[in-house]
Amino acid sequence: MGAYNTISFKPEHCNGCNACMTACATAKTGSADIANSRIQIVADGDAFELAMCRQCGDPKCVSNCPAAALDKDAGNGVIDWDGSKCVNCLLCTVGCAYGGIVYNAAAGHVVKCDTCDGDPACVKACERGALKYLTTAHIYNEVGDLEDLFVPGLAGCQGCNTELIMRHAMRRIGPDTVLATPPGCIPGMGSVGYNGLTGTKVPVFHPLLTNTASMLTGIKRHYKRQGREVNAVALAGDGGASDVGFQSLSGAAERGEQILFICVDNEGYMNTGMQRSSCTPFGAWTSTTPVGERGAGKTQDAKNLPVIMMMHNCEYVATASTAFMEDLYDKLDKAIAASKRGFAYLHIYSPCTTGWRFPSQENIEVARKAVEANFVLLWEFNPRDGLQLTRDVDQPLSIADYLKALGKYRHLSEDQVAHIQATVEKNVSFIKGLAEGRHPAMAQAMSGRA
Amino acid sequence: METQYLIVGASHAALSALQAIRMQDGEGSITMVTRDDALPYSPTVLPYVVSGRSAPERVALKDGAWFEQNKVGFIRGAAVTALDAAAKRAKLSSGEEIAYGKLLLATGAAPILPPVPGLKDVRFHVLRSLDDAVKLKQALPNTKQAVVLGAGLVGMHAAENLAKAGAAVTVVEMQPRVLAGYFDAEASAIIEAAFAAKGVKLMLGAKVSRCETAGQGARVTTDTGATLDADLLLVAAGVAPVVDYLTGSGVAIDRGVLVDDTMRASVEGIWAAGDVAQAKGFYDEAKTLNGILPSAVEQGRIAGMAMAGDPAVKPWPGGVPLNTYTFFGQQAVSVGSQDQGEVVRKEVDAKRYLKIVMQDNRLTGIFGINVPFDPGVMWEIILRRIDLAPVREAFIADPLKTARTIMSRTWR
Repeated sequence: MGAYNTISFKPEHCNGCNACMTACATAKTGSADIANSRIQIVADGDAFELAMCRQCGDPKCVSNCPAAALDKDAGNGVIDWDGSKCVNCLLCTVGCAYGGIVYNAAAGHVVKCDTCDGDPACVKACERGALKYLTTAHIYNEVGDLEDLFVPGLAGCQGCNTELIMRHAMRRIGPDTVLATPPGCIPGMGSVGYNGLTGTKVPVFHPLLTNTASMLTGIKRHYKRQGREVNAVALAGDGGASDVGFQSLSGAAERGEQILFICVDNEGYMNTGMQRSSCTPFGAWTSTTPVGERGAGKTQDAKNLPVIMMMHNCEYVATASTAFMEDLYDKLDKAIAASKRGFAYLHIYSPCTTGWRFPSQENIEVARKAVEANFVLLWEFNPRDGLQLTRDVDQPLSIADYLKALGKYRHLSEDQVAHIQATVEKNVSFIKGLAEGRHPAMAQAMSGRA
Repeated sequence: METQYLIVGASHAALSALQAIRMQDGEGSITMVTRDDALPYSPTVLPYVVSGRSAPERVALKDGAWFEQNKVGFIRGAAVTALDAAAKRAKLSSGEEIAYGKLLLATGAAPILPPVPGLKDVRFHVLRSLDDAVKLKQALPNTKQAVVLGAGLVGMHAAENLAKAGAAVTVVEMQPRVLAGYFDAEASAIIEAAFAAKGVKLMLGAKVSRCETAGQGARVTTDTGATLDADLLLVAAGVAPVVDYLTGSGVAIDRGVLVDDTMRASVEGIWAAGDVAQAKGFYDEAKTLNGILPSAVEQGRIAGMAMAGDPAVKPWPGGVPLNTYTFFGQQAVSVGSQDQGEVVRKEVDAKRYLKIVMQDNRLTGIFGINVPFDPGVMWEIILRRIDLAPVREAFIADPLKTARTIMSRTWR
């Protein structure tokens, strides 16, 4: 059994408008009578809850059915009801503790959610985003069948998403790979190994911060000369990529080397004690931008490394977030394909539970908020189509709320927040300008290599 | 042969245990043995086989491919005839012996034949196996006068089927009302009225004193001297656990196999679940038979988890009487006990019935006819002994909605 697509409900976004129930009843019975809806919104004071089939993994309705009329479809996870077998005994309703399968007097038999064959009417009717149809399951199923190219037992900080990024990316990239993991959290987690054994099942090496892209260049060219198709891949941090490693990165990008360079951006040198990097945002506390009598966090804005990489007119450049895995996977696939033709650069945002100071269970939520507040933007670029936003956020969350979630911004003054707000707005305007082709820099980028 | 897990029986408890074992132990050898020469089916579906709603070839709960996929050896048409618990060996009716590591007894129940003089000498039907159902179905078209002994679920379902097939039906029941195990007099009255309206004659509080052969059929005499001629006689006077094969095995038996809270029998390496098991009740600790399908599923799951050493196993919370009953297109649902606590709401009219019973602001029973509520949610509220004091009035006024709210707050 793998993962399945599912309808998710966020009660905090529900206002009890009942549009989902009307849509369900209409789709299933042709009448708008919400009594016939298979999704039931339940008012609980001012809040709203949900009674509907959860398509359980070990469904008691199925176990309780004496007539073999209920069965969980191993393909899509939906519990199917077979009207030609059902005997109307209602024992399924005894098994379900969620109000997910109920007798419907109008129909004359039990009814339950069938997810509308993967296109649920209720979700489409929900204007507030309380109901969503999550379709990321296929990614996990597909990737789950691929070989994990890291050994077990890598140890990151609790709640860190980097292990997820590493393992999933390498499963997709595949075993015909030489991997570079320059100094940073990723070798710190054990990718280069201990006691003479590597932490990977592919050749891996530990370049200097300065020469990652140069060494990969040589390796890739060597294998090419031998006639072997090998992926040359870097899993680097933002410090290594944006600071001292930048010259080799920029050089390789400029030459169009066939390399896939993945930058895992946690906004600083987190493994060595949380020093600032050129990707650390304005106002952030780090151990080298301390907060005290005189200091109030970093006094410069972050370098926008992915934009700089785009300006190299690389074969492919994109930003991605682990809160949006379908988007990340789509970009990863494109980056892998592009790295066979030229330089591919993938910038993945990685909230740092330890260095940013937030509870370890909130990593993905912080990543999501960063996107939903427009603190980071998700986009992709190739020289033919230019830059395109892949997740345009029209009504962003407030920046102040995003900053409040993180301990490293706890000290911020109003002026600093206003500065960050202005920087975010400027960045949004700049990127959207590029996406719409308004910015002269974009026209230049899209003119191709001279 | 040898097997790590031996499961005797192939209905809900047995299948539920098998699935629980495979969740924990993907490889250990499992053998399932059933006396029926059929793929697994549920006794509960049999009335619908009789009515023609279910085709006998479409009621199988699992097929050969499923057993193969789960790496289970399925032996059908072979009963266990003797058990040597010390040597951990079971003897089959085929003569074969199976050595087992762990044994689940899920042999279910069989019809009770009441001690009525002459009953054994007349032709009669029972309804517990697929064969019984097919035979009863075949007899329907030729039946003009039918007598059903017993007004439990089997008897009432059969009476409805017989009436729909055009027979004149009389049900004889010792209790003063139908379905006495699940409904009170007023609820039963609604059900009785529906049967009366369809011409079914109900002789309640009546005892059969004698049976004799009369022509092709049987003549039944009651203790009041009334005589009923039947060309079809169905005995549906209840069931009793199938435990005959355990004689001399050392397994402690009262009415069924006595089990503890993880369905362990008194002998090491043996568990029992479903209709054959006698486990503690929910409202008191005394061990009782609770021969209903949802309990069989739960007990099977617990037994399977315990047998496989699944650390997530939770003890049996105790049997709650519950059932659902559909008659002539109407729905009756009974969850919990009639007599634990006080009746806090009771509404009765000709077509609708709702009764709610609470004790110390905790739900102990809810019973409805043609009134919608979620029995599974109510069962959970009873099992969790949820304090309904804060929502008492709302619950009494609208149990369906209030229970769903409690569900959402508590275990969603």
